[in-house]
Amino acid sequence: MKVAVLVFPGSNCDWDCVHAAEQTIEGAVVDRVWHTTDTLEGYDLIMIPGGFSYGDYLRSGAIARFAPVMQAVAKAAAEGVYVLGICNGFQILTEAGLLPGALRRNTGLKFRCHSSQLHVANADTAFTSGYAAGEVIDIPIAHGEGNYYCDDAVLEQLKARNQIVFTYTDNPNGSVADIAGVINEQGNVLGMMPHPERAVNSLLRNEDGIRLFTSIMKAWRERHAIVG
Amino acid sequence: MFKAKVYVTTKANVLDPQGAAVQQALHTMGYAAVDDVRIGKYMELTFDTTDRAQAESELEQMCKKLLANPVVEDYRYELED
Repeated sequence: MKVAVLVFPGSNCDWDCVHAAEQTIEGAVVDRVWHTTDTLEGYDLIMIPGGFSYGDYLRSGAIARFAPVMQAVAKAAAEGVYVLGICNGFQILTEAGLLPGALRRNTGLKFRCHSSQLHVANADTAFTSGYAAGEVIDIPIAHGEGNYYCDDAVLEQLKARNQIVFTYTDNPNGSVADIAGVINEQGNVLGMMPHPERAVNSLLRNEDGIRLFTSIMKAWRERHAIVG
Repeated sequence: MFKAKVYVTTKANVLDPQGAAVQQALHTMGYAAVDDVRIGKYMELTFDTTDRAQAESELEQMCKKLLANPVVEDYRYELED
């Protein structure tokens, strides 16, 4: 399975994503891909890491979405390639219109950096099949602008289509409906503020993120009928 | 040459946490009459063209695509000679 981890000027979780993918996805070949690249042919999973792309100038993710590589992400997403946006990656995906809604400044104005308990609201996705529905997992957050917003009509749609994948048990940022992560209608693009790539190693005393990556591997293997 | 002044504000129905914090500070300072504070962005763009209609239509697109996020923000602009 080939994995691309995008790197923008100001990304700072790219190596964490590389290590997480290498450690959790058996046989993964992981490349860091610079933002000026205009093709992502051949990749099975595209990860958009956390950080502060372009210094978060104007709005988080607003400038990154116009980087050449984002055209390639849109194309790959339309073709069904798995796309996982974490933190700044989630902000970029909403700015790019690949996911609904927007991320605003946390209501408390504080940069929140700590572990957070998440409900797995939808365990029936390519990213969450390894979890049980309603299971509570511990995935750390680290953001100042993770306050998810969408209007009531979009929220109703998200609920009706089961696109809310993770919710906070204790809302840290004011997100509408406690939303921590949403998936697109096709089910191949997931954006989430918490950092599963920081929860894949017993040395860090948190392995709750591992199953997110193994779920993707399982979905990919099923798609390609790989037994093993 | 045209100069555009672009104002980007949080939509009226969207909470503005920064504005709320500033309002609280103003209340603490004794300005009890301040009912609401909304914080936005102000941008100045200069255009090197004589075609006003073209500049305006481009500016409209820029606002929609980049300068504002229509999900949470409103924008308005003034185009000056």
